[in-house]
Amino acid sequence: MKYIDEFRDRAKAETLVVEINRLIEKIAPPAPLAIMEVCGGHTHSIFRYGIEGMLPPEIELVHGPGCPVCVLPMGRIDDCLAIADRSEVILTTFGDAMRVPGSRGSLLQAKAAGADIRMVYSPMDALALARKNPDRELVFFGLGFETTMPSTALTVLQAEREGIRNFSVFCNHITIVPTIKAILDSPGLHIDAFLGPGHVSMVTGISPYHFIADYYRRPFVIAGFEPLDVLQSIWMVLKQIAEGRCQVENQYGRVVPEKGNIPALAAVARVYELREFFEWRGLGSIDQSGVRFREEYAAFDAERKFTVPNVKVADPSVCQCGEVLKGAIKPWQCRVFGTACTPENPLGALMVSSEGACAAYFQYGGVPKRVPEHA
Amino acid sequence: MTPRNFAKLSVPAITLAHGGGGKAMKDLVDDVFARAFDNPLLAPMEDQARIGLSELANMGDRLAFTTDSYVVDPIFFPGGDIGKLAVCGTINDLAVGGAVPLYLSCAVIIEEGMTVATLHRIAQSMAATAREAGVAIVTGDTKVVTKGACDKIFITTTGIGVIPAGVNLGVANARPGDRVLVNGRMGDHGAAVLVARGDLALETNLESDCAALHTLIADLLRSAPGTRFIRDATRGGLSTVLNEIAHASQVAIEIDELATPLGDEVKGVCEILGLDPLYLANEGKIVAVVPPGEVQAALTALRAHPLGMDAADIGFVREGEAGRVTMRTRFGGMRIVDMLVGEQLPRIC
Amino acid sequence: MCLGIPGQIVRIDDEENLLATVDVCGVRRKVNIACIVEDGEPIAACIGVWVLVHVGFAMARIDEDEAIETLRMLEELAEMQDELRAMSEPDPAQAAE
Repeated sequence: MKYIDEFRDRAKAETLVVEINRLIEKIAPPAPLAIMEVCGGHTHSIFRYGIEGMLPPEIELVHGPGCPVCVLPMGRIDDCLAIADRSEVILTTFGDAMRVPGSRGSLLQAKAAGADIRMVYSPMDALALARKNPDRELVFFGLGFETTMPSTALTVLQAEREGIRNFSVFCNHITIVPTIKAILDSPGLHIDAFLGPGHVSMVTGISPYHFIADYYRRPFVIAGFEPLDVLQSIWMVLKQIAEGRCQVENQYGRVVPEKGNIPALAAVARVYELREFFEWRGLGSIDQSGVRFREEYAAFDAERKFTVPNVKVADPSVCQCGEVLKGAIKPWQCRVFGTACTPENPLGALMVSSEGACAAYFQYGGVPKRVPEHA
Repeated sequence: MTPRNFAKLSVPAITLAHGGGGKAMKDLVDDVFARAFDNPLLAPMEDQARIGLSELANMGDRLAFTTDSYVVDPIFFPGGDIGKLAVCGTINDLAVGGAVPLYLSCAVIIEEGMTVATLHRIAQSMAATAREAGVAIVTGDTKVVTKGACDKIFITTTGIGVIPAGVNLGVANARPGDRVLVNGRMGDHGAAVLVARGDLALETNLESDCAALHTLIADLLRSAPGTRFIRDATRGGLSTVLNEIAHASQVAIEIDELATPLGDEVKGVCEILGLDPLYLANEGKIVAVVPPGEVQAALTALRAHPLGMDAADIGFVREGEAGRVTMRTRFGGMRIVDMLVGEQLPRIC
Repeated sequence: MCLGIPGQIVRIDDEENLLATVDVCGVRRKVNIACIVEDGEPIAACIGVWVLVHVGFAMARIDEDEAIETLRMLEELAEMQDELRAMSEPDPAQAAE
């Protein structure tokens, strides 16, 4: 597979591991260096390819909150279920959201109980369903960071162009920068450097992150998702530390343009505006971290079209998702990890989402940290 | 066999009357099933098929007996259909125990409104598959339910076969040092059916690998009589079988990603949808645990058979945490291959 | 939001609505190419272009040069490592003396 296989090359991985070890020797950190990967996709890669086991013990990978499914508050799932309960509604969603528990069950459970909930790969497929079912109300559960904001926005603009009236979006799009800032401002949480979100950056470009290097003085390397990308980005972080630099660098240059994607950003600006604040599961309320439809696009806003309970639901008190999301504790340090909270019976979204650190650890991890070189 | 006249259904679609036990039902059974499956054991149309015991006892010392229900959606997909699946699946469940598959039963539950033409198509597919496999469908049952009470058609097939003396395959037989073999590319069926459902709007040339594996398995056992265990990797895919073996045999298993055969289009579908091919269903693939001394002979036998041309040695059984399955990734790292929890859903994250 | 996959545009399906077919390892899917069409260029010029596909949208053109550069840099690193290793090994010619 072009542009994939080359970035899964084992020999190049070994080269990077040698360099990483050299740099660690040079840096000789007094305590392990905490490198946080913001993006859930990176978490998934790290576990799927066993990357952590290839690194020296002086590097600690901290799994961050960049999993938009993991941070969906239970109340928003409940709101979504309320919309899906309506007989005229066909609710469409990405697969990722199907198993996230709300206070009265997940979308998957609601589907089993008879709600018309369908999985789609693209919002365009949801729009196609709207065209095919003119007597039903098509609602698309829009979630994700800046990566998916343009696809939702462009779909809405397409609906507008065609005069489609039975299509709307339940908008849960969130922005990445306030999250990173919340992590940086978290007392007691110390992260030495970051692997930046590759696909968010493909839309936003590089400039949103400068404050992290300039003001918070942390190296920030925008990383691709193949295992070589992740390793190379870690190497670039270490080079910065060894050379006393603090910069935003772009490892994922083949996909991430410096200025971002202009048509995507234009569509986003046209359709959305920032919410004053938005609730994040486990992290609480973060200012200016979510978007909603502008007044001109109210007709496509499911929250305005349908009444939703809009009740803030507290996470189960045993749940420590927030601390894991912030990187304050590791998944296995959560008091309910593997006992009350398992993939079969998830208490929190981190165990449900395939990108959630807890689920990833369950599915892929658990092997000894260091695997012998030529076993 | 004296050719006889079969009844002919004169309506285009099945109604509840066709399940009512009266003339309409007789016509349905006769026109669709009896005509398609026609064989001496079925022809008397008694309430049961009667099979001579001495015939069976001449073939081995144990009766193998299995049953399975088939509810696949869509009912027609590239590479097969629910009928072919129902025959192959049950034949395979017998064959992986070392049995020679002999006779099948066929019970169908039909949703009212199904077209007679579709039913014919399914029955003929079952008949052709059974005939090619040298297996006879000798008894059955037919029910019709109201619209919505089932999804188009559900088929249950039960099969019997005979296990020759001396063949003792068992899921708890794996021991450290044994190698794990598969007969070809993984994930074709699961990916093909997912794409065939249509909601993901993917275009591929993917086909299900649905096939009867009993002759392949016979060849394998002839060349590698020390084979410990064979199972077909159906729902839950390769990883489920590996976990079952590791657990039952109380061993650890390690496989190599680079050694595990995967078709390009399956790779493509998995990359697009974020699926793990290790968990995709197969309907023409076995996992065989073979002692180290017989691996070469096993692979040669598999590769000589049309259903085993891409056979590969993908890993080994070792001492270690009992029940643990790991995979050496193409990248050099190690990951756990856990039991599938729930259903694998396409993801965007 | 991460699952993006490289694919090649093989066919333009709808010029007005900016839909094209992308091929990923032989699997094809219609995608929206609004984000990667270039102003002033005919849409047919997109055929053959490699793009990053995410949820049915082509979100970025893949920069072949950057990809080559990234890999080349890693090859150079490997070569440097080999040289270093060779330099630090005892010279067989000297050892023979």
